[in-house]
Amino acid sequence: MKHHISVLINEQKHELLCNSAETLLDMLRNQLRLTGSKEGCASGDCGACSVLLDKRLVCACLVLAAETDGKQVETIEGMAGADKLHPLQQKFLEHAALQCGICTPGILIAAKALLARNPNPTATEVRYWLAGNLCRCTGYDKIIQAVLEAAAEMASVQEQA
Amino acid sequence: MDYYSPTSIADAIRLLSSPGACVLAGGTDLIPQMQAGRRDPALIIDIKKIPQTRTISQHANRFSIGAAVTGAELSEHPQLHACWPGIVEAFDLIGSSQIQGRATPGGNFCNASPAADSVPAFIAANATCRIVGPQGERECPVEQIIVSPGKTCLQAGEFIVSFMLPETLPYSADAYLRMTPRTEMDIAITGAAVRLTLDKAGVCQTARVVLGAVGPTPLLAEAAAKHLPGSRLEKKTLQLFEEAVREQCRPINDKRGTIEYRTAVAAVLARRSALIAYERALARTEVQQ
Amino acid sequence: MNRKQTYQWVGSRPIRPDGIDKVTGKAEFAADFSLPGMLHGVILRSPVAHARILRIDTALATALPGVKAIITAADMPVIPEQDAVVNQQPPDFRELSDNLMARDKVLYEGHAVAAVAATSRELALQAAQLIQVEYEVLPHVIDVRLAMEPDAPLLNEQLITKGIDPAPEYPSNIASRHEQVLGDVTAGFAEAEIILEREFTTQPVHQGYIEPHACTARINVDGEAQIWCSSQGHYMVRAYCARLLRMDISRIRVTPLEIGGGFGGKTTVYLEPIALLLAAKTGKPVTMKMSRQEVFTSTGPASGSYIAMKIGARKDGSIIAAEAILCYQAGAYPGSPVKLGCMTAFAPYRIPNVRMIGYDVLVNRPKSAAYRAPGAPMAAFAAESLIDLLAQELQLDPVALRLLNAAEEGTQAPYGPRFKQIGYRQTLEAALQHPHYSAPLAANQGRGIASGFWFNIGGQSSAAIHLNEDGTAILVTGNPDIGGSRASMAIMAAEVLGMDYRDISPVIADTSSGAYSDLTGGSRVTFAVGLAVITAAEDVIQQLKARAALLWDVPETQISWESGSFHTELQGKPQRMSIADIAAKSAQTGGPVSGKATINAQGAGPGFGTHLCDVEVDPETGQVKILRYTAIQDVGKAIHPAYVEGQLQGGAAQGIGWALNEEYLYDESGKLLNPGFLDYRMPVASDLPAIDTVLVEVPNPAHPFGVRGVGEVPIIAPLAAVANAVARATGVRLTDLPLSPPRILAAIEAAKRSG
Repeated sequence: MKHHISVLINEQKHELLCNSAETLLDMLRNQLRLTGSKEGCASGDCGACSVLLDKRLVCACLVLAAETDGKQVETIEGMAGADKLHPLQQKFLEHAALQCGICTPGILIAAKALLARNPNPTATEVRYWLAGNLCRCTGYDKIIQAVLEAAAEMASVQEQA
Repeated sequence: MDYYSPTSIADAIRLLSSPGACVLAGGTDLIPQMQAGRRDPALIIDIKKIPQTRTISQHANRFSIGAAVTGAELSEHPQLHACWPGIVEAFDLIGSSQIQGRATPGGNFCNASPAADSVPAFIAANATCRIVGPQGERECPVEQIIVSPGKTCLQAGEFIVSFMLPETLPYSADAYLRMTPRTEMDIAITGAAVRLTLDKAGVCQTARVVLGAVGPTPLLAEAAAKHLPGSRLEKKTLQLFEEAVREQCRPINDKRGTIEYRTAVAAVLARRSALIAYERALARTEVQQ
Repeated sequence: MNRKQTYQWVGSRPIRPDGIDKVTGKAEFAADFSLPGMLHGVILRSPVAHARILRIDTALATALPGVKAIITAADMPVIPEQDAVVNQQPPDFRELSDNLMARDKVLYEGHAVAAVAATSRELALQAAQLIQVEYEVLPHVIDVRLAMEPDAPLLNEQLITKGIDPAPEYPSNIASRHEQVLGDVTAGFAEAEIILEREFTTQPVHQGYIEPHACTARINVDGEAQIWCSSQGHYMVRAYCARLLRMDISRIRVTPLEIGGGFGGKTTVYLEPIALLLAAKTGKPVTMKMSRQEVFTSTGPASGSYIAMKIGARKDGSIIAAEAILCYQAGAYPGSPVKLGCMTAFAPYRIPNVRMIGYDVLVNRPKSAAYRAPGAPMAAFAAESLIDLLAQELQLDPVALRLLNAAEEGTQAPYGPRFKQIGYRQTLEAALQHPHYSAPLAANQGRGIASGFWFNIGGQSSAAIHLNEDGTAILVTGNPDIGGSRASMAIMAAEVLGMDYRDISPVIADTSSGAYSDLTGGSRVTFAVGLAVITAAEDVIQQLKARAALLWDVPETQISWESGSFHTELQGKPQRMSIADIAAKSAQTGGPVSGKATINAQGAGPGFGTHLCDVEVDPETGQVKILRYTAIQDVGKAIHPAYVEGQLQGGAAQGIGWALNEEYLYDESGKLLNPGFLDYRMPVASDLPAIDTVLVEVPNPAHPFGVRGVGEVPIIAPLAAVANAVARATGVRLTDLPLSPPRILAAIEAAKRSG
């Protein structure tokens, strides 16, 4: 059966047809060619497909496309502004917090979700929050540093505002 | 395959009565099982649009938790956290932040794994659940839900709407610990939930001890729990308690652990959980004194 | 070129050129590529560990609407024996072909038996399930020692062990024997005052890249083929496809997409030739991707091993003899890195008598593949554990003991050559000075130290630098960027050209757009491709000087090159021209300026590392917590220090996973029990502490900036560093990896019982 769904993706409304078994990840990648969300395992164990669903951090491989009718989805493609990177993206570049870069979109989305609920996390909190995002290249060290610095920068911007 | 998301209990029951129908709550077990070809339901009934499955409510000292409430929502509920730290910490151990955004207590029970983290904590709490189906509604103690690995007591067309926690007693508290090789993203090799009630003086009055992954279903260790009432969890008591826990374990060897290891560590975790629950309950007695 | 003390770009930490694409989701990895009208290919794999294929019936699958082609081994070209091996170098293409599509027998669970192309992936998966394969299941063998027994089930009934003289009369699973001798071990042990001997085992571990293998292929009716994929070398993909499918290299064009991790595991092909065959059969583009389960069951893990090792020393701690037998699991086809294990185990030490014997052994597991310092970590685990034990027995400081025996310039390595300039001793001295080494430890805590050695390599490399008309430049190389190499290449070019790093755009050319380069592996890119980049940049400067001579109308000998511009004097007045000035006038001087270099780089500097690891062991559960970790390494010269640190940290994390929890678990029928990230336990962020790094810089004389390879050394030491820390925290020495909680608890309990 095909389902007609209406979903807000990165603030843009999409009317789509999806199969019952189609996952949100397949819909993003195959129908919309939003390939920034990666498939590393298709079982929710690597976090490379992390997206925000109604502001909640989820693995897009563990959500059916049909479930997203009437909801809003935010992917890595919606993270940067038109002329400016998100502070997390900027700090990841400055800290060399990526090597191959395949896990990076998922980690950035997960880190953004963390800072939205905990703007001032400790290193341990960042490590536990990001435990669902596997990275095989970096040993996580520079990722943690980048998230902490982005948090500090975002807090100082907040204060000035 | 087909997908429906009914908005009422009655609609859900009607849809669930068709052959091959399957409930979708958080999907963190069902969807990967479908992806891997291990399950092929004819019909998926998403129960998340039924309001009763999605709310946490508190009346006086009693909580009701919708079966499709997510782990993230559980841990964000300050009163629930304060009253039932063991349940909240047990659920919080399931999977990643991403999994917490989707996983539900209803799903954790219905996947019916002996290693399910939240199940021992709910059983230790003496929780019950509200089951609806073609024959109407029934209330069931949660320890009866899982009957064997992968199998529940639910009849065709039935599903769990919500879980009810008993009244929180003044000097009581719960705790849950599990053993996994990694700090996160792992399945319990074994786990232990303990709920204790003390008297004003800090003497244990009642104890409920539930062990995970040491039997085909989460195991209510009543014989072991009997060692705790009347004590302040002194060393001697705990030694007898641990021995009794080991006695009650009926684990298997599998890829995640051995019989010897599971038995030894279940006792260690039961003791540590009991001590955490005791400290928590004790803190409440002091607060109220 | 003279080595300067200060650099403008070398040693700085600019943002990588491909960074924005990678943090915004735009970077195109293998599975992100698509072509209009493409079909989806999937592979049917063996459900059993060892069986003869009696019959494959594809009728039902072919009849399914939407199925466009099905292939089996019968569709794979037969490779004549004389073409099996090129230049006596692996791989054996007949074996590789058989691994890609089983001919007569399946040799492991997950071995490919057929492939389907259909209009959707779902349909292709459905069709694969309709292919009926009749198997005659054969006894299988998983364990390396059992596989060496005379009555073990044989994977290859024709296999006669190589390296034994006279050759054995009967076939076995032992593919080859390697022997390496320095001095006289019998005499060495006779002289020894203390001899320590242990047996060690390690389990196969997967490279664990997050990106599963994927590719898309297309072939025209005239045989012109194109492949888009991620790999550690697109020239390798081109050559392997040509060999396997008996095509001309010139007819295949491979475009490299971004690679989501490789660690050695993407130095071979699995899908590309199959996708090409399916494309040829259907006339349509075909895309293929592996599931995570396929990655685990069917692509190369690192070999598991059994090692029996012995060392002899004097009471003062000087090691005078070492001997070992190493048995490595090759998987289903020959080719474990056991020889490299023999060569590296004792390379950090000055030991006069060393004898190493290695066996490459077939077992019913996937064919092993390269994994970061192939063969070295397991051998170092054994050697560094024994050295730690020696320190304990002699009550010597483990760093002091290593310093006493450390190899240095002029030391003859156990595998033959004498070391030139090396920095092993410096890493030990840095360890002694590091605050980590003297930090206090509490109960149930222990500190482990271990070292590691890797050769590093050079090899064939190419680079071209095309100057743009505004004076900026395009830097073309032929090696995939696995971890920031675009940045290090651009830094080196900028340094030589005196240009702004941001004015250089690095491009990774496809196989039809750039000159050949060996694949990305052996820690060779920053050294060898870097050398090509430097040479190409020097070529640009030479050419520009000639252009400047034309523009100024002076002989080249009167022009000097300084601080990024050319200088001369005209009528006594100093003149200056920048690269941009000359580029702007290139039409007047002979057209565009383009420098190039094609080299076979020699003189890669060996790398040494020393790691410190603190652990706490829960004595009641056997759980290990890594409290603190410091990785120290001689990196020659760090071109982009942040990415060099990242190599040390990433390698350490992989080594910690190898030590603690990663392993392949099989059931009795030879089926893999944990082909997923849930039960194949790679370290997650909360499992690790901050990983401190110390970059020791002892320059490699064969590189203008002193570069040594850095990628592989850091995975070698962690296995023993963790194990040594656990031994000191618990008082129990474990010699079997992984050090999983059940294993540690059992050892603690056993030690208690024996008093």
